[in-house]
Amino acid sequence: MLTSFLTDYTRYVLKGGTKFYAWMGTLSVFILGMLYVYYLQNTDGLIVTGMTSQIHDGLYFANLVFLVGVAAGAVTIVFPAYIYHHEGMHKVTVLGEMLAIAAVIMVMMFVFAHMGRPDRLWHMIPIIGIYNFPHSMLGWDVLVLNGYLILNFICGFYYLWVKYTGGKVNNKWFLPVVYVSIVWAFSIHTVTAFLISTLPARPMWFHSMMPIRFIVTAFAAGPALIILAFLIIRKNTKFWIDDSAINLLSTIVTFCLGIAIFLTMSEIVVELYARTEHANGLYYLMFGLHGLTKLVPWFWSSVVLMVGSFLFLIFPKFRKDYKVLPILCATTFAGIWIEKGMGLVVPGFIPSPIGEVTEYYPSFVEWLLTLGIWAFGFFILTILLKGAIGILLGEIKYGGAKAVAAK
Amino acid sequence: MAISETPSAGPAKETLSACPVQPASADPSNAVVKTTRRDFLKAGGMLSMSSLMGTAALMTQSDDAHAAVEWAEHFQKNYRLMTAEEKAEAKARLERRYSAEYGKQVSVDTTDAQPGVLMGYALNIRKCIGCRRCVHACVAENNQSRGKERAGEKIEWIQVLRMERGKFEQEKMNHGYPEGLGIQVGGNAYTPAGLVLEGQYHYNPEKVPEADATYMPIACMQCEKPPCVKVCPVRTTYREPDGPVVIDYNWCIGCRMCMGACPYWARRLNVTNPVLPKEEMNPVTHYLGNRPRMRGVVEKCHWCLQRTRHGRYPACVEVCPVGARKFGNLLDPESEVSKILQRKNVFRLKAELNTFPKFFYFYD
Repeated sequence: MLTSFLTDYTRYVLKGGTKFYAWMGTLSVFILGMLYVYYLQNTDGLIVTGMTSQIHDGLYFANLVFLVGVAAGAVTIVFPAYIYHHEGMHKVTVLGEMLAIAAVIMVMMFVFAHMGRPDRLWHMIPIIGIYNFPHSMLGWDVLVLNGYLILNFICGFYYLWVKYTGGKVNNKWFLPVVYVSIVWAFSIHTVTAFLISTLPARPMWFHSMMPIRFIVTAFAAGPALIILAFLIIRKNTKFWIDDSAINLLSTIVTFCLGIAIFLTMSEIVVELYARTEHANGLYYLMFGLHGLTKLVPWFWSSVVLMVGSFLFLIFPKFRKDYKVLPILCATTFAGIWIEKGMGLVVPGFIPSPIGEVTEYYPSFVEWLLTLGIWAFGFFILTILLKGAIGILLGEIKYGGAKAVAAK
Repeated sequence: MAISETPSAGPAKETLSACPVQPASADPSNAVVKTTRRDFLKAGGMLSMSSLMGTAALMTQSDDAHAAVEWAEHFQKNYRLMTAEEKAEAKARLERRYSAEYGKQVSVDTTDAQPGVLMGYALNIRKCIGCRRCVHACVAENNQSRGKERAGEKIEWIQVLRMERGKFEQEKMNHGYPEGLGIQVGGNAYTPAGLVLEGQYHYNPEKVPEADATYMPIACMQCEKPPCVKVCPVRTTYREPDGPVVIDYNWCIGCRMCMGACPYWARRLNVTNPVLPKEEMNPVTHYLGNRPRMRGVVEKCHWCLQRTRHGRYPACVEVCPVGARKFGNLLDPESEVSKILQRKNVFRLKAELNTFPKFFYFYD
């Protein structure tokens, strides 16, 4: 039965129209580019990136942080579906879980991109290596991310398996696992925030608001991406996603975005009112420091994107207009990607703990590698969503393999 | 001598900089080991993967010793967990590789911390003239990367910050700024008052000391509560019993958490394969100290373990022309550093972060 599941699933996801192949082909080109620059980076070293000893976390780390948020954002589907028994959401829960799986895989690829010695990753594996637990926050992060991947894999694929075989979900163990995965989603982003907010050496990050800010931005960016995916699915497949699900998601995006803006504003007031030396990082981000202003346009563009999207989103008229909504989702997503990615990571290093002001900009290698990892993520996401939809539609079914193949 | 104690250390002190050979040592494990294949096979009890790989590498007797030895290196344990035999193997492996790579006899010391020693460092902030001889001596002694073509190829562990000396001009003292609307503040509010941690690292004067500057040398503080050690996910960086915080370069995964955690910006990343010309390479090395590093790992000051474990001063102390740098045993009440702590005005940098450095600043 399992082999037939695998063959049916594979056969279904590999079959598609011109559009499908064109999309996957384009992604593959970026993936090949990524492999090449990754080779460069691991023979010549991180010198091919823009990172230095002063600013040693850059675009990779920024994307890593952001994508953990996207993964956690999947809980905005699972939570209403299982806690509030929202019917529209319940139908599509599994799609959220697929997104979480793809996002966590991308996070792990960014970890590989970030590391100076990816060949030594096994040093972190307990027993054969040393795992500095519970002291190292990075150790915690590895733990919760892997756990989240496994939980989502179990929840998602068990559900699909049941649909495939036509059986019934065994709620006795399935529901507890789902509840654990809901709590776990919060943990992954909290721990990722702790990763940088527990370093007193970096005053820009060293405040307790970081975890909640991470979570609300995640719950804005994650569902924004999900809405985009849902609208694409509605347009291109036979699978229908209820308006009620999309409307609930856009409401979540709106209010989480509002809170995120509020928190950013609070930080600006607290830091800049007294304007101590510890505010130098934020000041650099907003206005530049000692004539260095590379990130200033980034910051203000993110402010415009976030506040602008929010001002539109609060009106149900725009939120429920499915022609405007994708644009607002895209701007929200972009705004948060900037604010929480480069806008958060880089100024933590400016100035350095001994007061040096330097700048960072990603090199071509970094951009291409980043693009390639995103392409790989979308590649996986497309496969996962396609397979899941096929099963939900009943096009992949145990014993029905021949019918699908004949189509 | 501040840390005492190997009888042979005295004479070595003068000759070392000229002599490329490991000074004689009382410690037998310190002698340059010439391992033969038979020794290796006889060593027995080679249970770890690393020893198997090492043996395999030697048994192949390939011309490409370099590649074979490197392969074994990939599978060795964290230095702290190695048995004495494994340490000896790792040492022999590295000596073979380095000697072949740099074309001279390279020794890799594995001397442990000596009991009764806790290293400490004191720097007279008044005396420093900003000549940066310590920086250059450190680079030469500790085999740092020194390439000139690309920015990341140059690594220096000591930073000498040049700080503007605040000028408090009498006539300006009470000038209000901004005038009119706004909060009235005195003119001196916008004048730097000496030591704020916003210094210039890249300064190039014709002569030092400059009249309008003070200098603030910074390197690893060898904290008693090091934040870098806490965040390391693989425990590759740790505090040695005699004080210094060290790194097993072969175990570091290059995640850079330690660099983010260090409040003194003491750590550097080898962003590329270190540029270390053969003729400039210092062949007297310590496993946890100045042995050549590889791409993608973090490195930092270790108080010249290859010297200080044999009763010598760190290179920066030896070279300082004004005697601003003092080094010694904190457990010995008669050492220079202990006396400074007893009698001078001493402060620790960023004491509010509770890192408890063993690097003290003082002034007369």
